[in-house]
Amino acid sequence: MSRTTLDLWVGVFVAMGIAALLFLALKVASISGSDIRSPYTLSARFDNIGGLKVRAPVKSAGVLVGRVTEIRYDNEHFQAEVVFSVDGRYKFPTDTFANILTSGLLGEQYLGLDPGGEEKTLAPGDVIKKTQSAVVLEKLISQFMFNKAAEGEPAPAK
Amino acid sequence: MGDVFRKLGSLAISGVWQLGFIARFFVLILRYSGQSFMRLHLTIRELYFSGVLSLLIILVSGLFVGLVLGLQGYEILQRYGSSEAMGTMVALSLLRELGPVVAGLLFASRAGSAVTAEIGLMKVTEQLKAMDMMAVNPIARVVAPRFWGGVVSMPLLAALFSTMGIFGGWLIGVVFIGVDDGAFWSQMRAAVDFRYDVLNGVFKSAVFGVAVALIAVFEGYDCVPTAEGVSRAITRTVVSSALAILALDFVMTSFMFRGL
Repeated sequence: MSRTTLDLWVGVFVAMGIAALLFLALKVASISGSDIRSPYTLSARFDNIGGLKVRAPVKSAGVLVGRVTEIRYDNEHFQAEVVFSVDGRYKFPTDTFANILTSGLLGEQYLGLDPGGEEKTLAPGDVIKKTQSAVVLEKLISQFMFNKAAEGEPAPAK
Repeated sequence: MGDVFRKLGSLAISGVWQLGFIARFFVLILRYSGQSFMRLHLTIRELYFSGVLSLLIILVSGLFVGLVLGLQGYEILQRYGSSEAMGTMVALSLLRELGPVVAGLLFASRAGSAVTAEIGLMKVTEQLKAMDMMAVNPIARVVAPRFWGGVVSMPLLAALFSTMGIFGGWLIGVVFIGVDDGAFWSQMRAAVDFRYDVLNGVFKSAVFGVAVALIAVFEGYDCVPTAEGVSRAITRTVVSSALAILALDFVMTSFMFRGL
């Protein structure tokens, strides 16, 4: 085979390979990190984080605004401390409410931020004080059962 | 009793010797690579033989693996009423594991064995010695181009394998079964991460490329220069490449694993 046809075939092969890589990068995967610009970190303490994981999304009004970067146990308050980075373009008021929510019935858990009405905004490194823990299914069920049982109790005899 | 220990000792010594020989061979290849890149058409020729000629088997196997993953994935996922997650399942299993590993195994048996046979036969017919006599370095002239041809083509082949597999999964899921097209792609995009899934897969396939190419050229160069020796060397290439791929895959996956 002459050298030019060989070059042509190798060129086609390399171009196909690069096209496949580009397809995988752009169509199949989402590039994380690049969508969060000049991030700053905030943290929040929760009684129970449920199944929240590192790198879970942080959303406000359903829009991705950051990611969870670290989860550790705070032995002083006996609570979980969740550290997360937020896109520098977004500022949140100091009375922002942090919840742990679930996308879909069995979906992954994420951190939801509900902004309050305060004028001042959270500075990098601040701790969000108002938090709501993850809903633990067992607790919910046991509460429900308890309420049902209380309802069904016969009235005390007079 | 002493015999057992003697056998164990000789086994250990020959193992270490072999390892050292491979390492020195690898360093030699790297050292003479610059010299062989001066004549780039040699490497391009090898890229054609190990890359372009492996294309057909890689693309067809990728398609079939994707089709099977689509069918099996649908069968399992529809039990939980989440057949839309098919795209995620197909893409993740291909990008993380099946793409690099299966493409690597196919590449070892298709291209690695051919390289070993070629270099082995060159040794049998004393072409390597003749080159040495003519002051042509056989490592720069014969070994390094084959090595780099394998190293470059392996990640590209693995990416093509994964792409074909995802296409196969899409064909089964969206075209034949009727999973929603938008849900298929958007769920896939939401779950697949560029750095953790795509780049790790590319890294894996690059490592497999180095391992397979090194084993193939080494076995060819090291073979006993007889007909039987060449056939044994080819067998050893395929067997040790497969073992190396699977073992390296386990090691790399356990480093990349991040589920807590």
